[in-house]
Amino acid sequence: MSPVVFMQGNEAVVEGALAAGARFYAGYPITPSSEIAELASRRLPAVGGVYLQMEDEIASIGAVIGASLAGAKAFTATSGPGFSLMQENIGLAVMLEVPCVVVNVMRSGPSTGLATKPAQADVMQARWGTHGDHPAVALAPWSVQECFSLTVAAFNAAERLRTPVFLLSDEIIGRMREGVTLPEPGSLELVERPAPTGPAAEYRPYRPGPDGVPPLAAFGGPYVFHATSSMHDEMGVSANDAATAASVISRLVAKSRFALDFLPGPEVVRSAETGRGCRPGEPVLLVAFGSSARSARQVMLDHPDHPMTLFRPRCLWPFPEKELSALLADHGAVVVAEMNTGQLLLEVERVAAGRVPVAAALRSDGEIITPEQIWETVREVARRPRPAAQALGWKEGGR
Amino acid sequence: MSRTYLDYLNEKAMPHMWCPGCGNGNILKALLAAFAALDLDPRKTVVVTGIGCWGKADDYVTTNAVHGTHGRALALATGIKAYRPDLTVVALMGDGDCATIGGNHFIHAARRNVGITAVVANNHNYGMTGGQFSATTPAGSRTSTSPYGHAEEAFDLCELARAAGANYVARTTVCHYRQMEKLITEALAGEGFSLVEVMTPCPTYFGRLNRRGGPPEMWRSLKEEPGLRTGCLVKASRPSFEARYAEIQKAARALTGEERDPDAR
Ligand SMILES: Cc1ncc(C[n+]2csc(CCOP(=O)(O)OP(=O)(O)O)c2C)c(N)n1
Ligand code: SF4
Repeated sequence: MSPVVFMQGNEAVVEGALAAGARFYAGYPITPSSEIAELASRRLPAVGGVYLQMEDEIASIGAVIGASLAGAKAFTATSGPGFSLMQENIGLAVMLEVPCVVVNVMRSGPSTGLATKPAQADVMQARWGTHGDHPAVALAPWSVQECFSLTVAAFNAAERLRTPVFLLSDEIIGRMREGVTLPEPGSLELVERPAPTGPAAEYRPYRPGPDGVPPLAAFGGPYVFHATSSMHDEMGVSANDAATAASVISRLVAKSRFALDFLPGPEVVRSAETGRGCRPGEPVLLVAFGSSARSARQVMLDHPDHPMTLFRPRCLWPFPEKELSALLADHGAVVVAEMNTGQLLLEVERVAAGRVPVAAALRSDGEIITPEQIWETVREVARRPRPAAQALGWKEGGR
Repeated sequence: MSRTYLDYLNEKAMPHMWCPGCGNGNILKALLAAFAALDLDPRKTVVVTGIGCWGKADDYVTTNAVHGTHGRALALATGIKAYRPDLTVVALMGDGDCATIGGNHFIHAARRNVGITAVVANNHNYGMTGGQFSATTPAGSRTSTSPYGHAEEAFDLCELARAAGANYVARTTVCHYRQMEKLITEALAGEGFSLVEVMTPCPTYFGRLNRRGGPPEMWRSLKEEPGLRTGCLVKASRPSFEARYAEIQKAARALTGEERDPDAR
């Protein structure tokens, strides 16, 4: 039997990281993520791992990248101000194709903002925070259990794709306590970075494998290699020509798209499951992630006779647009609930493309979004007419 | 069979990108000769660079190498060394890279006494971006961004490293090749953080803007610069970060067994 333990979301992140094989952490303390640093400092040396507290978050992600190049599964944790400082080196990890996990326990901003209060306002920063065209992978837990399981998934994705992966938690999820079922040791499916095979003299650190991801050696092993933040060829040697740049950028960006095949998909909860049926075209589709999704779920429980479906992306980037799009046909309206001024909303509107009315229940005052606020928005949007299908040239069930 | 500096030189990347009269090529030769003197295994050696003219040196070595972001070479190097203490980790940085944008990492790497050898090419300016002033530009000097003379005082990198707690601190110039090779070799062979600051001319910018003449004049005046303290300035034997952390790992293992809480002691 797997043991059930009572723990905090931030603690579950560390347990998930250790279970995934993480042996290196470098960070700089910041509320509301500091419990991750504290537990990492306690647990890592005991399993032969390393905890480093660096002089700032720039150095923290730098050390994580260095350790990962030396073969470690490595991670760091922070919140808004630190996540901002990390952005340049997140791009470095993208360019060097170095696996690592960056946990952002989101708090209210901008700047120091409401330093101890929750927000979900770093969604777009996770997507576009570092400069240049790049892939982005971000997972968002809504429970302590998922702080564990999505941390494991984040490491698996980072290793498989050779790219940084974000875990976007928030002050509520990170700080709350719930029961967690810890899997039996050895029962988790763990992914290791693709390793080179063949003679050392022929190793090309940036020659893509079958899925576009090049095999990664570790400093200190039999393969000697060169990695550079500048545009580079398959040998990792700087190359300035347009053809190399075009192929590197398109390959890097494509990696996150292919990630959709194995990243945790969205959870879809229909109110039918809570006892009532719903007629096609009528139910309201709630879209929410992280702590806001808990309030959205509560709306459904509070109003069982009003058909609703919760669409809860566990992976925010790349956005699961196919799954969302497929649901639009049998819903009369969409309500996006998030603790910011409308970030995921932009993605949902893009996917909906005018096919159904999209309304938003937003909050950015450092307080949790309430089921009542979402319910008000549901009632308001349910009164809006659905756009005529023909007028939009949109076929039922099509995309 | 012992190696020579040529075993560590990536000849395919020649000719290098440095200007005629630049000292970087000489520093590279001394570094690679020091590798050879210690017969370093290229597989167990990692060269980390930031961004700058000297920061391009990673292209020219046959060891493992990583070229990172401006100012952050020591952060990457710290992660590598902390996870793999058995590797020789070298950080190559310009004065801007090391002491200006990367100044915070520099003092903390020295304080932490992590086993990295920093070889810093100090040419008193940002060569790569066109000769703007850095934290080692002497007060009064002209640079691309101090056209009327520089209003700030310069850092003494060796004093900074000493005060921060580095185990080994040395200064030399590109005009003193034998000394340069010997100091880099000593730095690489020791434990803890080591700094070798190499004074080197940038005739293209600093020399031209300060009317120091061409490369021959600049090299001659550097060789005879009055009052420049060179040689090994600090040699201490504090335990390195890695050595101390290995003790912590041992203690943590003993204390926790598997799951015991260290607070419950
Ligand atoms: C974050 C960031 N800021 C600015 C730059 C532009 N930049 C590249 S190299 C450099 C200065 C290099 O000077 P130094 O480190 O002294 O090395 P040198 O070129 O003189 O060898 C600057 C400002 C950059 N690459 N990254
Ligand atoms: S610009 Fe200055 S530092 Fe850069 S290569 Fe030329 S001489 Fe050397």
